[in-house]
Amino acid sequence: MNERFAVELRQVTKQFDEVTAVDGVSLGIRDGEFFSLLGPSGCGKTTTLRLIGGFEMPTGGDVLIEGKPQGFTPPYKRPVNTVFQNYALFPHMNVFENVAFGLQMQKVAREEIRKRVKEMLELVQLPGMEYRKPNQLSGGQQQRVALARALINHPKVLLLDEPLGALDLKLRKAMQLELKALQQRVGITFIYVTHDQEEALTMSDRIAVMHKGKVLQLGAPEEIYEKPTNRFVADFIGETNFLEGRVANINASWVEVLINESLPIRLPAARQVVQGQKVTLAIRPEKLSLAKTALQASDLRGEVQEIIYIGTDIRYLVRISPQTTIIVREQNRGGALGERFQHGEQIYVHWSTEHVNLLTE
Amino acid sequence: MNQSKASTWRLLFLISPSLFWLVVFFAIPLLLVLAMSFGQRGIYGGVEWKFTLDNFFRFLNPSDPLYLRIFYRTVYIAIITTVVSFLIGYPMAFWIAVQPPKRRNALILLLMVPFWTNFLVRTYAWILILREQGVINNLWTETIHQLALHIGATLPWLPLEGLVRVTATPLPLFGTDLAIIIGLVYGWLPDMVLPCYAAIERFDFSLVEAAEDLYANRVQAFIRVIFPLTLPGVVAGSILVFIPSLGAYVTPDLLGGAKSVMIGNVIYAQFMNARDYPFGAAISFVLMTLMLIGTLIYFRSTVAKQKGERRAI
Repeated sequence: MNERFAVELRQVTKQFDEVTAVDGVSLGIRDGEFFSLLGPSGCGKTTTLRLIGGFEMPTGGDVLIEGKPQGFTPPYKRPVNTVFQNYALFPHMNVFENVAFGLQMQKVAREEIRKRVKEMLELVQLPGMEYRKPNQLSGGQQQRVALARALINHPKVLLLDEPLGALDLKLRKAMQLELKALQQRVGITFIYVTHDQEEALTMSDRIAVMHKGKVLQLGAPEEIYEKPTNRFVADFIGETNFLEGRVANINASWVEVLINESLPIRLPAARQVVQGQKVTLAIRPEKLSLAKTALQASDLRGEVQEIIYIGTDIRYLVRISPQTTIIVREQNRGGALGERFQHGEQIYVHWSTEHVNLLTE
Repeated sequence: MNQSKASTWRLLFLISPSLFWLVVFFAIPLLLVLAMSFGQRGIYGGVEWKFTLDNFFRFLNPSDPLYLRIFYRTVYIAIITTVVSFLIGYPMAFWIAVQPPKRRNALILLLMVPFWTNFLVRTYAWILILREQGVINNLWTETIHQLALHIGATLPWLPLEGLVRVTATPLPLFGTDLAIIIGLVYGWLPDMVLPCYAAIERFDFSLVEAAEDLYANRVQAFIRVIFPLTLPGVVAGSILVFIPSLGAYVTPDLLGGAKSVMIGNVIYAQFMNARDYPFGAAISFVLMTLMLIGTLIYFRSTVAKQKGERRAI
């Protein structure tokens, strides 16, 4: 398999004095893809982006852009452009000058620049704003200028470093959809850095979840959400119930995991596990449901400990064994008068084995 | 008495010490100088209070441009001083501003330390460095000259005759415009470095990354982004260097010798030697007016710019 990637990282490492910010990361980003680097602050996602942009130079490995090894190529010689976290618009230049900057540096003819800036400002829905200064624009408008300033150069790859971080929630949601639509229209590969898992799930074709300088999982949003391969990913993205246990019994068709030495749960044999191995079961709260009577033999008996009303959903804390409490999320279909389970009520937690992820670390 | 009148009186009371100081030691003497500049020199010195514009005509006389020429030279020296201070001070400020914060403060302190010594003492030190038997000329006529002689004798194929010849006589440093400019640059360099440093330190270097991302190399990034955004510091520094250089007295007096006179020395001579107070006062006033106009233009332009930006929001 020798796929041609827009950007490829080969064993890229970046060491700052004592700290290893990026630790042997290898990934391939496909042409025209909306690719997200997702992780908590300090996970190395921004450094990874800066390594691609050429603002940092790797201490090991290499970055390839369109198959060309970049080595220590400075940013101004790379066919990528960046939308910076705080936009980094030039405060002494107006919108036109900001957007035209890249073309001026590439010695594009004056008339051509005028034409392309006009087109670009229309594309980002800022027509007629040419002569405003950045400090006269709202956050959302500045964001669009930063986008126009980068996209006007027709880069092979656009790097975006938490570009929506400074905007308020409503505007951010609107911009997410707009960005995604824009990306599909221009067909440029986007590499998007964010710590907001919802944002990454909404916009991305594929996501790389990073932690402590390493890529923990790479895949489509559904894959990352439904089939997290390790505890960090399951925990960081969405809400998850973790049940610690050990493998008590194995046979050809199922694995029995004993939770807290007291609660046996049977799963279809999928992964390589050995007898006695410590494992964690991960299951999303919204995959569970409550019922007054058991719907199937595997349903867990429990008692409602706490009820949390959050508008769209109702969260129930259910004690299923003396040491174990799990969260069950039920959609709020019934409204204010709808049927609810009561505090202290004895109920059954209904679940299906396909929604349980067996994590071995 | 109504409320606003009461508060006006209270304000007057609060500012009265500084007001007193400014009026007695600044405004009144200044007005005296202004009045004097329209007077006539008494036969035995002093001022005869008869209104005349002769003092101004004498200074600004194009058919006998003795004083005008000195004035032009003074402006010229002040401009060169400002430019040289910028060429040394800006890179210095830049270098300091990009150091780690702890070292930055230490370097700024080091910059200030020499200025804790008396200005006269430091200017005398420059005499010792620049004069005919000074540090530089000792190196030049002794060390370099002797070296050139010896090497020339042992390695005759080296073209050293020229060097031997020029190092035989000391360099004419002391008593020249060059000496004055060196002295002035030395004296006012911190006044250039500090405002430049303040501007560069405040500069957001992510803008350089943005410029580099948009295909600007280091030089282009400097010209298009760093320099325009630190220009206010440069302008402030230039004013702080230019104005005292224009009015310099001690430096040209000590380092400049007889042929290099600046307007400050002329003013001094009118008051202390010629005892022509009215003429000295007239020159002082012309000089002061020019400085004032320059400063006003600067403040007008920056204030107007800021106002314009605010209005547009």
